[in-house]
Amino acid sequence: MELFVQQLLDGIVKGSIYALIALGYTMVYGIVELINFAHGDIFMLGSFIALAVLGWFGVAINPQNQAGLVQGGFFPTLIIIVLTLLIAMLLTGIIGVLVERIAYRPLRNAPRLAPLISAIGMSFILQNIGQIWHGPAAVSYPEVFPTGTIHVTSGISVAWKDIFVVVVCVMLMVILQTFVQRTKLGKAMRATAQDYDTSKLMGINVNMTITLTFFIGALLAGAAGLIYGLSIHSMQFTIGAQAGLKAFTAAVLGGIGNIPGAMLGGFLIGIVEAMSDQYISSAWTPVVVFGILILILTLRPSGLLGQQVPERA
Amino acid sequence: MQATTPVNEPLKQQIISQQQGEPMLDVRGIETYYGNIRALAGISLKIFNGEVVTLIGANGAGKTTTLRTISGITPPRRGTITLNGQRIDRVAPEQIVRRGMSHAPEGRRIFSRMSVQENLEMGAFARNDRAAIAEDMERVLTLFPRLRERLQQKGGLLSGGEQQMLAIGRALMSRPKLLLLDEPSMGLSPILIETIFQIVSDINKQGTTILLVEQNALQALSVSHRGYVMQTGQIVLEDTGANLLKSEMVRKAYLGEE
Ligand SMILES: Nc1ncnc2c1ncn2[C@@H]1O[C@H](COP(=O)(O)OP(=O)(O)O)[C@@H](O)[C@H]1O
Ligand SMILES: [Mg+2]
Repeated sequence: MELFVQQLLDGIVKGSIYALIALGYTMVYGIVELINFAHGDIFMLGSFIALAVLGWFGVAINPQNQAGLVQGGFFPTLIIIVLTLLIAMLLTGIIGVLVERIAYRPLRNAPRLAPLISAIGMSFILQNIGQIWHGPAAVSYPEVFPTGTIHVTSGISVAWKDIFVVVVCVMLMVILQTFVQRTKLGKAMRATAQDYDTSKLMGINVNMTITLTFFIGALLAGAAGLIYGLSIHSMQFTIGAQAGLKAFTAAVLGGIGNIPGAMLGGFLIGIVEAMSDQYISSAWTPVVVFGILILILTLRPSGLLGQQVPERA
Repeated sequence: MQATTPVNEPLKQQIISQQQGEPMLDVRGIETYYGNIRALAGISLKIFNGEVVTLIGANGAGKTTTLRTISGITPPRRGTITLNGQRIDRVAPEQIVRRGMSHAPEGRRIFSRMSVQENLEMGAFARNDRAAIAEDMERVLTLFPRLRERLQQKGGLLSGGEQQMLAIGRALMSRPKLLLLDEPSMGLSPILIETIFQIVSDINKQGTTILLVEQNALQALSVSHRGYVMQTGQIVLEDTGANLLKSEMVRKAYLGEE
């Protein structure tokens, strides 16, 4: 039982990161009906950017002291992390906007295959940028949190950094959901996702709204980049393809285009992975994950939370 | 169907007096293409402040394209469109709505995954005057009490008639001086059609100028001051609503008379 709960907690931690990345896939798909294949790589660059920002704040890998790299105790650490998070999100968001401008907008009215190809091309370009920046090998990420774990019971423990991961991810999801549901711009995004022409008639600038959607998706990927780095301590230019594929799976599982669906899908994939690692074998985990995806798509092609209301009555 | 009373004499006087000023909307020689296919072959029409003007014509004549061209969705390749003295033929649709024109498109185009209230809010997207928006929301809900009952329901779950009311209400939320309505009676029951035309008339009496596109020529022309008849991308006839109702061509083509 304790083992099960422990795996569940680990799954939630992993899953919250997948969910954060999945949101970018699903939001962009929702508004332009395009799988942004470069999104995983935006996440990877976000992580490198966050690492650089940590460096500006003087947080770097210290060979003498692998743990506790920030001086001055707990609060300065937290402040630096929050600032890094915000700066990395902003810079990564700008990358998302550039990707849209360069690779997708010129092809807005082209046949559907064209933006798909340019999405894949963009993915390679961003991976190459990552590789040129940090080389092909894995890059270490500093350990900034207290390394101890909190023992809930003898068999269940939670690391400080795990609490950070889940708190930040959930906070960002709540902010996103509030933004999309309650604010005028959020509503404009939802309207644009349904009908460009009618949105224009309402006075919505559709191009700007699409840009905003890419920006927000990349913001979240930037946040995920920092969080992933601080959690796993290792980053590589290929991580975008790996984590990106899982996040994309999460988005499809939840119902692509559906924001709560991406969150649900992310957590589910994380939990399934953790359970499979424990009870089956980590070698089989990808099979289990994609097997479940195929099963759900066969039974419910629109995903778990696919559109419940008809597109147009 | 009961014949409706033609436009009365005082109304005709009013029409003449109105037409002496500058037109609110002045469309001159617009040509609009879909790819290489010309849908509008030089349309000219004028709408004066306070009027209801109807555009009738067979399916595929180009009525919808005319409205879409005026509201900026499909800009014309040639010709000019002037709204209140300002050229709008190269202005983006999201800016045109800010200049006092609103377009309830063909097929209603409700945001089906958004609530009725959100749909109405989107209609006021171009505005920032919160208090006045709340007033207009109240006005629309008074005009369409059904919508008040369904305020939190998703637009996609409304009936056809309710969706049409929502589409008109949403278009009113930008507080337009000129309202374009594309086939508001499409797919509705005769009783509902009656209601919709009554409401169109009421909206006009409350001070909104209306350009109406309709298949339902009889009812549309009877609430209109003037009308235009379109055929394959051109205007072939223009007259007062009453005269068009009397015209042999209209009676044959659109009222099913031999
Ligand atoms: N999106 C489009 N692409 C290509 N042709 C179109 C499109 N919309 C309309 N048309 C063509 O333009 C002409 C006018 O159509 P439309 O304006 O919809 O007429 P109406 O509203 O009078 O029925 C028709 O021949 C129609 O086939
Ligand atoms: Mg039409």
